[in-house]
Amino acid sequence: MSATAATDALPNAVASAEKPALIVDGLTTSIRIDRQWFDAVRDVSFAIHPRETLALVGESGCGKSLTALSVMGLLPAGVGRISSGRITVDGTDMTAASAAAAQAMRGDRIGMIFQEPMTSLNPVLPIGFQIAESLVQHRGMSARQARQRALELMELVRIPAAAQRLDAYPHQFSGGMRQRVMIAIALACSPKVLIADEPTTALDVTIQAQVLALLADLQRREGLAVLLITHNLGVVAAVADRVIVMYGGDVVESAPVNEFFRRPTHPYSEALLAAMPRVDRSAAALAPIPGQVPTLPDLPAGCRFQSRCPHRIERCAELPPLMPLAAMPAHGVRCWVRAP
Amino acid sequence: MSAATVVAAPSAWKRATRSGGLVIGLVLAVTMVLIAIAAPWIAPYDPNEQNVLMKLEPPSAEHWFGTDAFGRDVLSRVIFGARISLFVGAFATLAGVLIGTIIGVVSGYLGGTVDRLISAATDVLLSFPQLIMGLMLVAVLGASLTNLIIAIAITAVPAFIRVARASTLAMKERDFVDACRALGFGDLRIMFLHVLPNIMDEVVVMGSLWFAAAIRTESTLAFIGLGVPPPTATWGGIIRDGFDNLLDAVWLSVFPSLAILVIMIALNLIGDGLRDATDPRAPQ
Repeated sequence: MSATAATDALPNAVASAEKPALIVDGLTTSIRIDRQWFDAVRDVSFAIHPRETLALVGESGCGKSLTALSVMGLLPAGVGRISSGRITVDGTDMTAASAAAAQAMRGDRIGMIFQEPMTSLNPVLPIGFQIAESLVQHRGMSARQARQRALELMELVRIPAAAQRLDAYPHQFSGGMRQRVMIAIALACSPKVLIADEPTTALDVTIQAQVLALLADLQRREGLAVLLITHNLGVVAAVADRVIVMYGGDVVESAPVNEFFRRPTHPYSEALLAAMPRVDRSAAALAPIPGQVPTLPDLPAGCRFQSRCPHRIERCAELPPLMPLAAMPAHGVRCWVRAP
Repeated sequence: MSAATVVAAPSAWKRATRSGGLVIGLVLAVTMVLIAIAAPWIAPYDPNEQNVLMKLEPPSAEHWFGTDAFGRDVLSRVIFGARISLFVGAFATLAGVLIGTIIGVVSGYLGGTVDRLISAATDVLLSFPQLIMGLMLVAVLGASLTNLIIAIAITAVPAFIRVARASTLAMKERDFVDACRALGFGDLRIMFLHVLPNIMDEVVVMGSLWFAAAIRTESTLAFIGLGVPPPTATWGGIIRDGFDNLLDAVWLSVFPSLAILVIMIALNLIGDGLRDATDPRAPQ
């Protein structure tokens, strides 16, 4: 499947004349377990335009973080590899790029923020230095210029008394402030694409809301394409334009965010939403998904959700394609039972 | 949590100085270093000046530590001996720390075949006792000040490779190293600008203990005649000179031994103090 075919079949929620900043086309990533390679991410395709947020949703081990690492070109050597597919960042094919070229892209045109703000900063280096570092590295700025820009970035992410805190160390910052620093570092070189891997999971709820609002604001201002990786559907509803649900390495559903919450179609998406606590329902009404995600070597052939699916039919032994719904072509679902 | 319950963690310096050991160690070591530096001005006599009429004199007002078989003033020789011992110890440790740490960080960070080769070589070198190895190296290179430093430095290298490698292995799993990679930083930058400063505390603790070991090795080599050649005064050499007359003139060997003892205690106190200061699990 080519990138254009993928985007034609499932048009993006945000109509945009601009070219997508990130195109992932038919990505298959394998990881090695006991000398055998297993496809932990299978045939994943999506495109993100500037100012658009795509949420990648799924439980632990569904392949969402592996997808992010593949995009960054940071799969651990010897343990993970991209077996097929193409990743294009801001017009550059990352999969074909040399190691040095890919390294030059990272931190410059594609940035990443991590789940754990408490450990993602170097404890022995001052904050200002850490923000300035990639500017020196990628933009060849002098230390003094970079420091000045670091101060502006700290003000941009709304760190109070930024000038006094340039030389402070990470342990002098709270979790929320550190995540702001991480955002400042990731955005230092004005990248086109930002990957946010569970950016608010480690923060408490009020701080979560602040950080998300900050991210949304910066995204508008800088025209960022954001790939948001999360298992928090509340966060998805708040900030995403489009949702991709992954299970066992497959994209099982892909839809604009409103459509997804109005009409979750894949049995797994349905189950995910039913398992989410809501203020207007009692906790007893929570419906957990029975069973566990099978480990990679044990995943069934065909639809990988079939072992836990209440609607299973015989045809599930054969892998369904991602089929657009007739009523809403932007909404794709990988299910024989639910697709038309 | 109210602001009142937030208690600032005690600074590393406060934690280090609480027990007093580090302070005592530092005072002793600094005093020794100052004595070594000021040797020409504070030594009462020329350390190599012989006086046949004053052979094997016991400690007295003129010769606090007595005189040796050539009538040389033992106090002056011990003071000048501090120069050689501290100089050799310091430079050998510095060189060993530098080389061992660089190799260890590279080995731990890169992993794979490079790491396996370096680790295997380290294990082989570590299987020799430090003294035997120093002895072999001096025997091969020949006894001179430079060769002594080289030999003792080489005995220290494998220990620092091991410490730096182990700390690097732990450090490279930390999130901030991934964050560095995601920022497109090169391996060299990550290794020496991000990982190295994070493992320096362990290297420094180990360094202070190895400084003591280096001085001990130097003295031992001098004692068995493989040190800086006579008549240069070294602590090990003075002990050896006194050994022949140990029964009639015990002070010849006792005073340089005391000097070694004091610097050993000082450096070990410093090492322990630094470890307590940098170990977050140490009892408060």
